[in-house]
Amino acid sequence: MTDLATLTPAAAVGTRPILSIRDLSVSFLGARNSWTRVIEGLSFDVAPGETVALVGESGSGKSVTSLSVLGLLDPATSRLEGSILLDGHDVLKLDEAGMIRHIRGQAAAMIFQEPMTSLHPIYRVGDQIMEALTSHRDMPKAEARRQAIALLERVRIPNAAKRIDDYPHAFSGGMRQRVMIAMALASRPKLLIADEPTTALDVTVQGEILDLLKDLQAEFGMAMLFITHDMGVVAEMADRTVVMLRGRSVEQGPTAAIFADPQQPYTRALLASVPVLGSMKGEPAPLRFPVVDMKTGVAGEALPLRSKPDLTAPILDVRDLVTRFDVRGGMLNRRVARVHAVENVSFRIFPGETLSLVGESGCGKSTTGRSIIRLNDRSTGSVRLGDDDLFGLGAEAMRRKRREIQMIPQDPLASMNPRMTVGDALVEPFLEHGMGTAAEGRAKAARLMDQVGLTAAMLERYPHEFSGGQRQRVCIARALMLDPRLIIADESVSALDVSVKAQVVNLLLDIQDRMGIAFLFISHDIAVVERISHRIAVMYMGEIVEIGPRAEILERPRHAYTRQLIGAVTVPDPARRHLRRNLAVTELRTPIRPLDYAPPVRRYEEVAPGHLVMIEG
Amino acid sequence: MLAAILSRLLRMVVVMFGISVITFLIFFATPSSDPAARIAGKNAAQETIEAVRKDFGLDRPLYVQYGLMMKRLFITRDLTSFANRGQQIVPAVAAAAPATLSLVSGAAVLWMLGGILTGITAAAWRGRWPDKLLMGISMMAVAMPVFWVGEMVNLITQNRLHDTWAFSWVPALGYTPFSQDPGLWFRSMVFPWLTLAFLYIGLYGRMLRTGIIETYQEDFIRTARAKGLTGRKVLLKHATRSAIIPIVIMFGMDFGVLVGGAAVLTEVVFGINGVGRLTYQALKVLDLPMIMATVLYASFFVVVANAVVDLLCLLIDPRMRRA
Repeated sequence: MTDLATLTPAAAVGTRPILSIRDLSVSFLGARNSWTRVIEGLSFDVAPGETVALVGESGSGKSVTSLSVLGLLDPATSRLEGSILLDGHDVLKLDEAGMIRHIRGQAAAMIFQEPMTSLHPIYRVGDQIMEALTSHRDMPKAEARRQAIALLERVRIPNAAKRIDDYPHAFSGGMRQRVMIAMALASRPKLLIADEPTTALDVTVQGEILDLLKDLQAEFGMAMLFITHDMGVVAEMADRTVVMLRGRSVEQGPTAAIFADPQQPYTRALLASVPVLGSMKGEPAPLRFPVVDMKTGVAGEALPLRSKPDLTAPILDVRDLVTRFDVRGGMLNRRVARVHAVENVSFRIFPGETLSLVGESGCGKSTTGRSIIRLNDRSTGSVRLGDDDLFGLGAEAMRRKRREIQMIPQDPLASMNPRMTVGDALVEPFLEHGMGTAAEGRAKAARLMDQVGLTAAMLERYPHEFSGGQRQRVCIARALMLDPRLIIADESVSALDVSVKAQVVNLLLDIQDRMGIAFLFISHDIAVVERISHRIAVMYMGEIVEIGPRAEILERPRHAYTRQLIGAVTVPDPARRHLRRNLAVTELRTPIRPLDYAPPVRRYEEVAPGHLVMIEG
Repeated sequence: MLAAILSRLLRMVVVMFGISVITFLIFFATPSSDPAARIAGKNAAQETIEAVRKDFGLDRPLYVQYGLMMKRLFITRDLTSFANRGQQIVPAVAAAAPATLSLVSGAAVLWMLGGILTGITAAAWRGRWPDKLLMGISMMAVAMPVFWVGEMVNLITQNRLHDTWAFSWVPALGYTPFSQDPGLWFRSMVFPWLTLAFLYIGLYGRMLRTGIIETYQEDFIRTARAKGLTGRKVLLKHATRSAIIPIVIMFGMDFGVLVGGAAVLTEVVFGINGVGRLTYQALKVLDLPMIMATVLYASFFVVVANAVVDLLCLLIDPRMRRA
């Protein structure tokens, strides 16, 4: 049994904090030799065995704080003032050698957001863990290896004694994060700093990792500094919470108190903006997020979608869509296997309707979106847009047809040409499709900029001059330039901060209300999906396992995978602090199959009107 | 493994076949390249030229001529020059190859060691004076033409200071085979090696420095630092091993190309009768058999060097082992 006392802040009172930050200020060297403050007057403590969450939106300085604690910022371009006391050492007074001797991989260890890139790709995972073990103490190699295996077992990696000799690329994202955790635990640190450790992971994997961290904290009795933007994760992990805004601490206190009775407007606004799964019970139509007044933190009323889908004829009819990619290798680069990325997917979308495709990375949801508009030419099946079969069109006819289906990308900056003004980027497709003169295009672009909440004057700017949320608005305006009938939004709000995410979702609903456009909304974020969709399709390993009306799928899920997916979603409710999901450790499952693989014929059962579930087995 | 080697060999044959065909066709499309006229000599009568054409089989279809040339080059090995009557091609190339190989191999050892040392040192002291000094010298090394450097070296070692204690050990220009006198071979090669390596030390040093500095932005370097490794270990074990892969790939290309004859400038300056010089002379007189032999010889080394480099990369980077 775990001694619960070590987990609660009550026990921490009176003991000396393991980490004590006082009046920390950090400045970065910017352009033209000017110093910019990114952290200002930050103070907080972490007691032994306690978990403190640093929470805030991008640019609030939470990662910089964590890097400061380990002295990992470049001394040439950063300046730190104040004091950071970690396990009796003043970090800001230690030199590099002192940091290595006392702090890094000693008193404190760190895990990072990107498990895919945080392990060295060309060393075996075992060697990387052994390096952490032997770099601080003399240890024979055999003993280090034995301990590394023990650590891998501790982080529940199946078959640890064999996997220790694998390279990082042989592990899935969740498994790599486990390796990172094992490496961090090698020195039995008193403080574990976790910088967005689950942000890049799928929800079910996130659940596994959060469970693991809670267990290990109890086993090792270490303190945790947990950095995240996700209020659900905060509620589940943290004893105490520090809310950050633009480098300052806005509010700090016990997590339960912060959630129950936030004192500051910003905290209230932040909490009000968080999409909460299950908040739509009994709502018949998609609902906008309440508009939060950032000054008072008071949430306004949430407006529902007024227009109704037109169910007479579908705008998009996808039948038996199959997309497979070849895996090549061996002698003469022959085909050795096939990735069954999309397998027999069928669905329909009606005008003015939003269908969401949900699922975890690699389930084929993005490939489905790309296959529909023929961005990869390896698909079979039929895709009808209105009266035309898209797979039967010639190249030029297809090019013209693309006007009617537009895409909103996940990463707006990467999808815009940095050397083109936003105005040129908007007008270009308009002219390309011969929809009018340049002057008409300009006028339309100006009108649309207004509609997406920007101004016509911004047309002269370049993409880098916008914030992330504004860029996504530009991308929406660009999609609207061609009067599309269907918009495919592929993870379009996933990378945005919560408050911005709510605004962009509301904008999409405004557009649907006004123009009756249909959306195919591809997302892994089920709380957002709940807000925006009429119907939901759940994808797993390239197949739709369950499809139906939003309320049916989320409130009465039938398929085991749908249930697992919904159960893994974090909810901003501190009562879940000691929740354990006890999920089985899952290894990465990929739809890579041998060449002679014949996909089984799937049958679906209609459990309620429009609610279809794949029959398992 | 065996499959990989076989597929590599097959690709090599395909590449060399393609190159030989292209060389052959380009030759016959070149103006005033008529081999019969060349063999017959200047001012030869039309009848003589016709007779030569018949004698040498130059009146037969091109594919037959191509087949004959390949047979005489690879099977009977008695292909003779069009320009110098009676000169056997295969022995000539075989005699020139060791000189070029000696020159390029020795220089390659120097430039790999020098380049890696330069790159790591500059990256370790990035932005400070050792970095600035090394990068300045590298820039000069890249900028100075190799034949000019060679001539300057000769001026000093063979001429101005030759009789002083410093350079009196330097033998006269030219190549002495290793089997004849290893000591003399070594002494005569020292300055050609240094001259050829100088440029590549500059190139490789700059490339490696940039690569290491870029690698320092990687997340896994942050991980290595966060687990408390010393700066030296982060630099040598974690940053350099990743950054060296492009260098190894480039080395394969450069080595193959140089052994194949691209070291011609160095060979000429130092009076070494190598493959580069042989190719150059053959080109001047449009001697197809010799051009064909040296081109194929060069392509062979480029392909082989690339295969060796691919193997090396597999050893360095496990991710490449999957495909």
